[in-house]
Amino acid sequence: MDKFTVHQGLVVPLDRSNVDTDAIIPKQYLKSISRSGFGPTLFDDWRYLESGEPGMDHSKRPLNTDFVLNQPRYQGASILLARENFGCGSSREHAVWALTDYGIRAVIAPSYADIFFNNSFKNGLLPIVLSEDTVDSLFKAVSSREGYQLTIDLERQQVTTPSGEIYGFEVDEFRKYCLLKGLDDIGLTLQHADAIHRYEERRKQEAPWLFASG
Amino acid sequence: MARTLYDKIWDAHVVREEEDGTALLYIDRHLVHEVTSPQAFEGLRLAGRDLWRKESILAVPDHNVPTTQADRGNGTQGISDPVAKIQIETLNNNCESFQINEFDMDDVRQGIVHVIGPEQGATLPGMTVVCGDSHTSTHGAFGALAHGIGTSEVEHVMATQCLIQKKMKNMLVSVDGRVGGGVTAKDIVLAIIGEIGTAGGTGYAIEFSGEAIQALSMEGRMTVCNMAIEAGARAGLIAVDDTTIEYIKGRPFAPQNELWDKAIAAWRDLKSDEDAVFDQVVRLDAAKIEPQVTWGTSPEMVVSVNATVPDPAREVDGVKSNSMQVALEYMGLQAGQPVDEISVDKVFIGSCTNSRIEDIREAAAIARGGKVADSVKLAMVVPGSGLVKQQAEAEGLDRVFLDAGFEWREPGCSMCLAMNADRLEPGERCASTSNRNFEGRQGQGGRTHLVSPAMAAAAAITGHFIDVRKLGEQHG
Ligand code: SF4
Repeated sequence: MDKFTVHQGLVVPLDRSNVDTDAIIPKQYLKSISRSGFGPTLFDDWRYLESGEPGMDHSKRPLNTDFVLNQPRYQGASILLARENFGCGSSREHAVWALTDYGIRAVIAPSYADIFFNNSFKNGLLPIVLSEDTVDSLFKAVSSREGYQLTIDLERQQVTTPSGEIYGFEVDEFRKYCLLKGLDDIGLTLQHADAIHRYEERRKQEAPWLFASG
Repeated sequence: MARTLYDKIWDAHVVREEEDGTALLYIDRHLVHEVTSPQAFEGLRLAGRDLWRKESILAVPDHNVPTTQADRGNGTQGISDPVAKIQIETLNNNCESFQINEFDMDDVRQGIVHVIGPEQGATLPGMTVVCGDSHTSTHGAFGALAHGIGTSEVEHVMATQCLIQKKMKNMLVSVDGRVGGGVTAKDIVLAIIGEIGTAGGTGYAIEFSGEAIQALSMEGRMTVCNMAIEAGARAGLIAVDDTTIEYIKGRPFAPQNELWDKAIAAWRDLKSDEDAVFDQVVRLDAAKIEPQVTWGTSPEMVVSVNATVPDPAREVDGVKSNSMQVALEYMGLQAGQPVDEISVDKVFIGSCTNSRIEDIREAAAIARGGKVADSVKLAMVVPGSGLVKQQAEAEGLDRVFLDAGFEWREPGCSMCLAMNADRLEPGERCASTSNRNFEGRQGQGGRTHLVSPAMAAAAAITGHFIDVRKLGEQHG
């Protein structure tokens, strides 16, 4: 997993609430058995004028120039600004893979759906929660000033605007630690293999039926 | 201290806990399907890791499988979509090399993962159940702690039998009193989502209770818990009672003999203590719930079939009003339009929300003796599993549908997410018994209205939405 320490980047605003994972990456691309290559089809239905299929050359498809990701001023953006309940719906981790493959390193929104939120941390994508008012003011600032960048410092848990305003954000200690170090949590969990075995032994006594059948 | 049902299951599964509350939670049952697992198996291989406890896993292809007879049979050879074929073959190969119990496409037990788990007795009360699919909340109907996980977590559970989790908060949704005739579990859960919103349950495990919930069959309870995720909650739960235990008894994976006696004794405690405290409590009056129809592109955009399409201009919250406007444009609807005047092009009866035998019976009761309206291009019934299909056929329900002009298909997710050939064309409007009406969910540009199986069948027969209770009056 990629480490996340300090990141400065261009912000792209997606002004909709309840953006669901079907919108982030439409189902036809979930047929892939790989973890990469989802970037060109991020927000596919909104981004292109015609519907796409896996295996197409997406660089040849006509773009919907109204869609924010296609506007020249937001090219190269790495921070996505969004509204409430971002990432709702399906558990597909492909949504996170599509965002990171596109180059997004952090999302800022007032709230997220739980599964998406979890999936993000597993892939080095930082989902930051800021208050609705703060997010609102960021939307205004981004649209009024071309090239608007934010600096995100995970260690300090701070987002800094170009004019020097600082917004603090919360993050779980454990998740922060994993992100800062770029740690694989399977390896971490397996350090507790003894505890898992002990638990299993105890449970076999308490609830043997859970271990009885196939 | 008094505990909720969620607290009890949580406590019984904590392997260890960090100071900040991050816990290792033991997982009893892991359900696997073809879409969210290939990258997890690949990860295991790359790291040279094996499965921690392969007997905990049950695998089935469902999302991508074709539902026409022509494409089924003879293994995966019949699948005409080459990319889907690779994905399903990948699951087969992974299950073979990791020695996982899989119900493949030709197995009569194959079906939608959330239908077959309970059907086999693989989902038991008090278990922790996970699957790389958000509708894993379905299994909470059995007093199990069940939730969807992402692919990284699938890999984590495969390798460690645990999930890294923080405890959620407790919410109680109580549906008090009884619903009227013609009002189903689907209407109850849609009404709940309309009340608390699609993000209302975020961060919570929701326990559903109240007389109207207790009165439901296991099928109905599964429908309710299935859509907990549509209210933002990863997990929905319902306390164990006689209905639960009766349903499980004798199923292939259920405990037998002395183990059965021991198990049911333990399961009797799987309910919230009388004085347990919930972080939030929501109450609904069952008698006020009418058959529901969604009008927008989020499940919370829902009204009674006898209402009109809401007006964004009346919504004071600017962001909300804006998304209502966007939804109306996408759905091709006008504010103020009566819902029962909206006509449909296609009808889909299926999905892990409503494809169990009871759902099929409910739809068949409406379809019986009727004819699909000429204006409806396609009405399809997709049973949730091979066993549901077999049961329905034994009851002659396939004939009821076929005589009325519906298509009767092979089991799978089908048009719930339209990964296979079953999908809407741009602009087409569908009455669907599935769980998501997101933009493009059933096909790009497609317009989905979520309803109960009875309401979907009624829309097929009349060509538009109609209060099933009125249909009853007309037909005597
Ligand atoms: S039926 Fe629909 S919601 Fe259920 S598992 Fe399949 S795709 Fe997901």
